[in-house]
Amino acid sequence: MTSKILETDSTGLGTPPGPVRPVARRRPPGAPTALGLGSAMIFLSLIVLIPLAAVLWKSAEHGPGFFWKSVTTPDAWAALKLTVVASIIVALINLVMGTLIAWVLVRDSFPGKAVLDTLIDLPFALPTIVAGLVLLELYGADSPLGINLAYTRVGVAVALLFVTLPFVVRTVQPVLLELDRDMEQAAASLGAGNWTIFRRIILPNLLPAMVSGTALAFTRSIAEFGSTVLISGNLPFKTQVAAVQIFGQIENDNTASAAAVSTALLVVAFVVLVTLDLVQRWGSRRG
Amino acid sequence: MAIEARHINKAFGATSVLQDVSVEVPSGSLTALLGPSGGGKSTLLRVIAGLEQPDSGTVLIAGADVTRLAPQRRNVGFVFQHYAAFKHMTVFDNIAFGLQIRKRPKNEIHKRVHELLELVHLDQFAKRYPAQLSGGQRQRMALARALAVEPEVLLLDEPFGALDAQVRKELRAWLRRLHDDVHVTTVFVTHDQEEAIEVADTIVVLAGGRVEQSGSPHEVYDNPANEFVMRFLGPVTELDGRLVRPHDIELTAEPEPGSAEATVERVVRLGFEVRVEMRLGDQDAWAQVTRGLAERLRLAPGETVHVRPGPDARTLAVV
Ligand SMILES: Nc1ncnc2c1ncn2[C@@H]1O[C@H](COP(=O)(O)OP(=O)(O)OP(=O)(O)O)[C@@H](O)[C@H]1O
Ligand SMILES: [Mg+2]
Repeated sequence: MTSKILETDSTGLGTPPGPVRPVARRRPPGAPTALGLGSAMIFLSLIVLIPLAAVLWKSAEHGPGFFWKSVTTPDAWAALKLTVVASIIVALINLVMGTLIAWVLVRDSFPGKAVLDTLIDLPFALPTIVAGLVLLELYGADSPLGINLAYTRVGVAVALLFVTLPFVVRTVQPVLLELDRDMEQAAASLGAGNWTIFRRIILPNLLPAMVSGTALAFTRSIAEFGSTVLISGNLPFKTQVAAVQIFGQIENDNTASAAAVSTALLVVAFVVLVTLDLVQRWGSRRG
Repeated sequence: MAIEARHINKAFGATSVLQDVSVEVPSGSLTALLGPSGGGKSTLLRVIAGLEQPDSGTVLIAGADVTRLAPQRRNVGFVFQHYAAFKHMTVFDNIAFGLQIRKRPKNEIHKRVHELLELVHLDQFAKRYPAQLSGGQRQRMALARALAVEPEVLLLDEPFGALDAQVRKELRAWLRRLHDDVHVTTVFVTHDQEEAIEVADTIVVLAGGRVEQSGSPHEVYDNPANEFVMRFLGPVTELDGRLVRPHDIELTAEPEPGSAEATVERVVRLGFEVRVEMRLGDQDAWAQVTRGLAERLRLAPGETVHVRPGPDARTLAVV
């Protein structure tokens, strides 16, 4: 069945129907190539669309009433709320700190800069469960630093911050590198002070990257499992995040409820991504 | 003097870029900083604007010592070679920027920006973004942006460098006219000697971080201070150990006092002018003559002619 869908998909988008065109086809430059668009669509379908559709399908199986009940059970609702609120906070912290770190990496020179630049990506390389373990060692009950965050919501946030750090840094950094320094000097010679230059020249040019980095951090954060599972202690109503709650449901053979909560997460992510996109379009139109 | 730069030295790390450079720009003048690539022209301009700090030396603008003053407070308009357009702002907002910083009333800003848009012929583009303009239009926008704050001096770093030959020529003539209208003291950088001669009333030749010569276009062209300036300002050829401009060479059929015998190797017609390539003993030389003369002398490869510097020719001994 799947292959059938894919076939119609690819032919539908790829070769246009009707008689075969002459050999020397003229394609306006920039028009999607049949091969390129076709492969992209097949790939997206296999990797993204079909799995997502399957989740939605599963959650809708027992009707909207069941979906609503699954999402609003006290523990699911608490987990969703914690996840979304913590993710918003984490995304905002990332927005500020990620931009700051990108700034320092691009504009300042200091010993060890290259090392720091490499370190930024390490949270991606570490299996998240290991990250969680390390965080528990460092900020747990036996913390060598004297900070005990185990089984607290702050601990959850710290774990989320750890795994989402690279997003904003790595989206803002290249834009900042490419930013035309002449623009800033032009503004300076027109009388703009440092703060005005930052606010009116640099920030508007960085904003799209900052927003997409933040969106990535947010969406990654609402789905995070491994790094939070240890430090949070998974106390329902207190520190249990949605992904862990979903995992519990699956273990209890409650896949339909798991799918429902997952769908709720997907909807939140989707709404956030669309909103940010709209905000960005609105912002770029205003200039 | 609108600008005085005195004994400016500047090095980037170990490379010295400006060495004891002193330049004076009279008020209301249109001065060209002319020199080969890497000669330090941009650096000097940036030192004047405060975008670069000199290692030693003083910069005076309108008589006041501004050496330690931030670029924000020098009242200098700077136009960058690659426009440095604020690409997230419309043409209107680009030009209004300096006025907005100065917190001028909205209606005044509006009026002034529209005057400037008219001046640079961009009135119908006020709402566009820089990306929607051609290179020449962007450069004119950058110029209007710099002029908006009524700067004491206007500094242009290769304003036409990134444009094609045709647009360059148009903008050059336009800049000259604009300067005649607006009268703001202007310094512009170029490495095109033709552009400098055509547009500027003063030329400063800067090479290897030193001022080689400064003066009117006429002075630097006709009385070059040294071989470098002579070669840089126009075509030269060597005749009997001296540098001569090819159009200053006199060709005759018969020997004249001081002339030398040469064999014509090639005759190239370039419209009205004719380029005659010759062999003098073991040296090559060339002369630029009119078509009329070439025809009268029946210049053709293999023929013998007699050459000498013309009576008004400026020559320079080759060292
Ligand atoms: N920020 C910098 N750091 C190090 N070296 C620099 C810097 N800016 C300029 N230089 C060096 O200084 C020298 C002069 O540069 P400058 O840009 O003033 O030359 P220019 O005369 O404007 O040349 P062009 O016509 O190519 O623009 C060059 O050798 C350049 O490599
Ligand atoms: Mg330069």
